[in-house]
Amino acid sequence: MESGCSKNVEACPQLLDLIPQQRRWHMKREDERRHGSSEEKKLELRLGPPGEDNWSIKIDATKSNNKERDESLLSLGYFPSMNSNAKQTHTFPTPEDHPVGSVLSSPWANTQQHNHQQQTKPPSFLQFSSTAPQTLPVIAKESSQPCCTKAVDLHNAEKTAFSLPPANTSVPPNSSQKRTAPGPVVGWPPIRSFRKNLASSSSSKLASESPSVVPHKVANEKAATEPTGKGLFVKINMDGVPIGRKVDLRAYDSYEKLSTAVDELFRGLLAAQRDSCAGGIVSKQEEEKVITGVLDGSGEYTLVYEDNEGDRMLVGDVPWHMFVSTVKRLRVLKSSELSALSLGSSKQGKMPA
Amino acid sequence: MNYFPDEVLEHVFDFISSHKDRNSVSLVCKSWYKIERFSRQRVFIGNCYSISPDRLIARFPGLKSLTLKGKPHFADFNLVPHDWGGFLDPWIRALAKSRIGLEELRLKRMVVSDESLELLSKSFLNFKSLVLVSCEGFTTDGIAAIAANCRFLRELDLQENEVDDHRGHWLSCFPESCTSLVSLNFACLKGEINLGALERLVVRSPNLKSLRLNRAVPLDTLQKILMRAPQVVDLGTGSYVHDPSSEVYNKLKSAFQRCKSIRSLSGFLEVAPRCMSAIYPICTNLTFLNLSYAPGLHGNELTKLIQHCRKLQRLWILDCIGDKGLGVVASTCKELQELRVFPSDPYGAGNAAVTEEGLVLISAGCTKLNSLLYFCQQMTNAALITVAKNCPNFIRFRLCILDPIKPDAVTNQPLDEGFGAIVQSCKGLKRLSLSGLLTDQVFLYIGMYAEQLEMLSIAFAGDSDKGMLYVLNGCKKLRKLEIRDCPFGNAALLEDVGKYETMRSLWMSSCEVTLGGCKTLAEKMPSLSVEIINDTDQMEFSLDDRQKVEKMYLYRTLVGHREDAPEFVWIL
Repeated sequence: MESGCSKNVEACPQLLDLIPQQRRWHMKREDERRHGSSEEKKLELRLGPPGEDNWSIKIDATKSNNKERDESLLSLGYFPSMNSNAKQTHTFPTPEDHPVGSVLSSPWANTQQHNHQQQTKPPSFLQFSSTAPQTLPVIAKESSQPCCTKAVDLHNAEKTAFSLPPANTSVPPNSSQKRTAPGPVVGWPPIRSFRKNLASSSSSKLASESPSVVPHKVANEKAATEPTGKGLFVKINMDGVPIGRKVDLRAYDSYEKLSTAVDELFRGLLAAQRDSCAGGIVSKQEEEKVITGVLDGSGEYTLVYEDNEGDRMLVGDVPWHMFVSTVKRLRVLKSSELSALSLGSSKQGKMPA
Repeated sequence: MNYFPDEVLEHVFDFISSHKDRNSVSLVCKSWYKIERFSRQRVFIGNCYSISPDRLIARFPGLKSLTLKGKPHFADFNLVPHDWGGFLDPWIRALAKSRIGLEELRLKRMVVSDESLELLSKSFLNFKSLVLVSCEGFTTDGIAAIAANCRFLRELDLQENEVDDHRGHWLSCFPESCTSLVSLNFACLKGEINLGALERLVVRSPNLKSLRLNRAVPLDTLQKILMRAPQVVDLGTGSYVHDPSSEVYNKLKSAFQRCKSIRSLSGFLEVAPRCMSAIYPICTNLTFLNLSYAPGLHGNELTKLIQHCRKLQRLWILDCIGDKGLGVVASTCKELQELRVFPSDPYGAGNAAVTEEGLVLISAGCTKLNSLLYFCQQMTNAALITVAKNCPNFIRFRLCILDPIKPDAVTNQPLDEGFGAIVQSCKGLKRLSLSGLLTDQVFLYIGMYAEQLEMLSIAFAGDSDKGMLYVLNGCKKLRKLEIRDCPFGNAALLEDVGKYETMRSLWMSSCEVTLGGCKTLAEKMPSLSVEIINDTDQMEFSLDDRQKVEKMYLYRTLVGHREDAPEFVWIL
């Protein structure tokens, strides 16, 4: 095993635990968005007919995936292996030859069955009848197919109880699979940071040499940037809003567009925060204040970022593509507090929460 | 026993260079121990916390070369928090105070500060060689100190370190009088460097054999350097991008033609595929080719290049070479001993990736293959069995299927049989990394057959404690065991606690071991240091013994618990 990556997976289970209300709210929003954008479809974990961009371990930085993971830890169980059936390679028999059920059962069937001969007979239980993969899509939404749920129940009955994948101590342990790797897994595949973003950084000559290295001055921090081949997701936090967001910088090509996105991301959250600060009195007349002027210092908030050397920088100085290649995370700070903070080289530590 | 005067024995011991052999020699009798320790010049310390600097200095007063390793291997994959440990500083300070005439320092996964580097550069007059691999904590200022103060520096080798680049004047810090450089590798530095200073340095270093540039060095500088240093044996290009119709490129081509000694080629951190033809003249003699940082190179350009490299012994590439490309390697590189195939798009859909087919082709064509690191989309038992038959000489076999629990892609069975075939056939196997869907059975095979195994890496595998027990009971030469996300618990951990004293270290994360189990182990084995690493900002890390331990790292040590552990590390 070699090399690795880090993700924000560990941050999310805690998030889910502490603020269940928020989570549900996020879920709704994600669902609404998902039906539209095909970009996000690519990032979902799902099983589909051959040829589609199927399940593989992707770092999906959107919250929806983490919520999916939590909800559907059970249903996503062995479907990674089911996927291997669906993939089109020349060595593969057609899906009908390999009833999906056999995949689910084989590893945990009986260890006694494993002898020197290859097992030719797939165990007969858990066979789905006439399953073309199309009927199976385990799209990790609330609306999973009933047959899949059944499969999972049967399956759970067979297994020994494993505990959850890494850092899930806040998610209630049940008999969900230990060894499933649903979605992004910390430290997998095992490659060093230097090798993580070769595909995306090779195109840009101005990209910094060692791509996406977690700045080590930021102690104990999980990766703030998670490129997914094409997307470059960075964390963005705003003063006064406890929950951060993630934004795909490759979806924008200018600072103005980023600034608009910041407004879109946080306007509602900020208003909600103000409401709750006011003792939960929701005033319907209360308009959501538009967040403007983050780039020129004219607004109530200012946009800053942390670069690949761990320094805090004002957004807007360098050409956009150079910014994209060095930014590691974003912050929206109150302009009034700007002078109080030290911008520039900061060896000490994390960005304050 | 001692019929010879000490000087004769010393002379005989001079011929014994391997660490293992010298360690054995020192155990024969007291007088051999004494003679050996005074004549020992090279010491290897695989875990910097297993011994203290003072004891090292006391035992080996003639020490000239020290190798130190710090963090556990899984730190490479971000599984170990940043401040865990592995500090160089106490070692340098102790060595500086002593009379040790240190000449060579090789570090891996250590935290190195600028202060340490500066102290190092000023304390040892004869210091010749600094090799830093996967280290962090220093800046180019520390490198500048080394350059400026080590008057007889021969080797400065920085491999894949996290270096804070203060935009380099460090190259200019090599004094004009410094003409002793043999090896200079700064490929991992991210910043700009003074190109003029680089050229002048190369010109006044007639012994320069190994030069690896960083991305900031453009092609025209490379051409100028090669004209002045045609004797170079190991070359790492910087940015390899230029207009192939330009004058500079033509000059580069003739420069390469003059470099008859190049045997090892790497770099291409930025590459223009159409410029690769300049390299063809040196390909015929290449023994090591590293293209693993060049995703821009694939398809025909890549295979054309490979077809020129008939003498290749070691090849590091990206999986965009594809199975067909591996077929070209198999038919061209008959001398190949080591192959590493890295993922070009680790989180992507894997369309360009390699499969079991590529590996089978390689095994059929390259029968001398003994070391493999292979990231692939899928694997089958049949393929592994074929590979095992074709290549019985594996010493290192590391397979990483990008989906960590993927079964046999054709039969959907676990990959137990395939790996079983590997360990049964490759009797000299020393290092093994597993992936894919695996049950306890594979561990039974490993325990039974992998007699020479020294290092084993396991992830998402096994069904029960039996798996781990098969390994611990069977592999007598096991030194390092690292496990993540496996259902191994206290029963396996505690079955044979004495075993861990025969090993360097054990890592277990996201397994079933509990705090209570770790405590029991620590109690029974005071010669071990059992560390619980708790870095997940947990608000309630309860002291309940039944609580599962997220990360445990234990190692044998002669000097008790380390005192530099951060607050999130709990040493039982």
